[in-house]
Amino acid sequence: MRGAAAPMENLILYAPLLARGTLVTLELALASLLLATILGALGAAGKIGGGPVARNVVFGYTTLVRGIPDLVLILLVYFGGQRLLGVLGGWFGFGYIDISKFWAGVTAIGFFYGAYLTETFRGAYMTIPRGQIEAARALGLRRIVILWKVTLPQLVRFAIAGYANVWQVLIKSTAVVSVISLQDLVGLANDAGKSVREPFTFFAAVFVIYLLFTFVSQSIFNWAERRYTIKGRNDAA
Amino acid sequence: MMQLDRIVDNFDIFLEGTWMTMQLTGLALFFGFCIALPCGLARARRTRFLSPLINAYVYAFRGTPLLVQLYLVYYGLAQFDVVKDSFAWPVLREAYWCALITFSLNSGAYATEIIRGAIETTPEGEIEAATALGLTRFQVARLVLIPSALRRALPQYGNEVVFMLHGSVVASVITIQDILGAGRTLSARYYLAYEGILTAAVLYMALTLALVMTFRWLETKYLRHLALAH
Repeated sequence: MRGAAAPMENLILYAPLLARGTLVTLELALASLLLATILGALGAAGKIGGGPVARNVVFGYTTLVRGIPDLVLILLVYFGGQRLLGVLGGWFGFGYIDISKFWAGVTAIGFFYGAYLTETFRGAYMTIPRGQIEAARALGLRRIVILWKVTLPQLVRFAIAGYANVWQVLIKSTAVVSVISLQDLVGLANDAGKSVREPFTFFAAVFVIYLLFTFVSQSIFNWAERRYTIKGRNDAA
Repeated sequence: MMQLDRIVDNFDIFLEGTWMTMQLTGLALFFGFCIALPCGLARARRTRFLSPLINAYVYAFRGTPLLVQLYLVYYGLAQFDVVKDSFAWPVLREAYWCALITFSLNSGAYATEIIRGAIETTPEGEIEAATALGLTRFQVARLVLIPSALRRALPQYGNEVVFMLHGSVVASVITIQDILGAGRTLSARYYLAYEGILTAAVLYMALTLALVMTFRWLETKYLRHLALAH
């Protein structure tokens, strides 16, 4: 390719496009993380304090998710969801609704990593010494107070390393949402790279941007871990 | 509602897809392991020149999505005339080889970290005992350090195997007929919304379950001595 002479030129030309894609990817990742956190908290609560029904539902959820690849779930939510909406539309008499690629991605990725966070939160809860909760109960504290003042602060501390891991995997997972032609970082770079015939240049840029994501989030989590760990205590090791 | 007969009639493409997925995953894990063992050992020794290089490799492959790595190799390399004119082009233009190369490098990076961790957590006493018996450094590595580390790496390596199996779905994006590729072919052929993908999901789940059970069995076989210690 002649384009190799000035590879940066096109990259600069398309920089606003890549910036928009980066923003879409970040929004997708953060919205998915929010959903995953909610599902993870519910899942952990169900596994710890729920009855046999709740425990089985959560068990089914985590087993199901851990058995299939992220992309399969995304396609299932997107195409299956579209069909489901069509069928429901026939029953209840609303017209054709086009499923949003962005929200299909958020639903699938959030649902997917919610299962992993369920395990993270449950594991962190198990690390809290039982005696503390018994002591709090013996002091006559109400359940909500125990949750807020005793359990949650320590849960955050013990869960932070696992949470960071899930986030690092989750953000990389967002790349596959481009397969349902969402215009995220990967999707836009793919289009741009093909149209100027410099796919390597554009994917190399995407590569570097993802490395930056990894680096920045690692720095943030390292800071948070230092912030929430009590010096000299090593219970969560 | 669900068109089961379509799935049953076309089950041969799913069998071929399953074989393709198993083959790609298995070979990538094998080559990845071949990369990871020397890299993991070198990293644990903290050599001045090799360690930073291996670090950069591991960081780059673990810090980016597998799909982007695959695109970089499959679509990206064609940008350069040097590559297109080289002897390697007949290989590098094939989706299959691009996937295998990318997956191997990816798995190699993750496995390097696992092996490094296992080697670094080897109890000092094991090495000291072996040295005291008069074994050379090479013998210590071959007879004590590596076997002991690989055993302890087993649970984490089991996770990596499942991770690679699931990661290999991106092969279907560059036209390879793996399990998901078969599912999407079925969907496209009969305009089905979810039957093909659902079948793929079931097949992936079955493979995952088989792998998890295999590793659980391997762990009871090779980690029994550690269980007793607790």
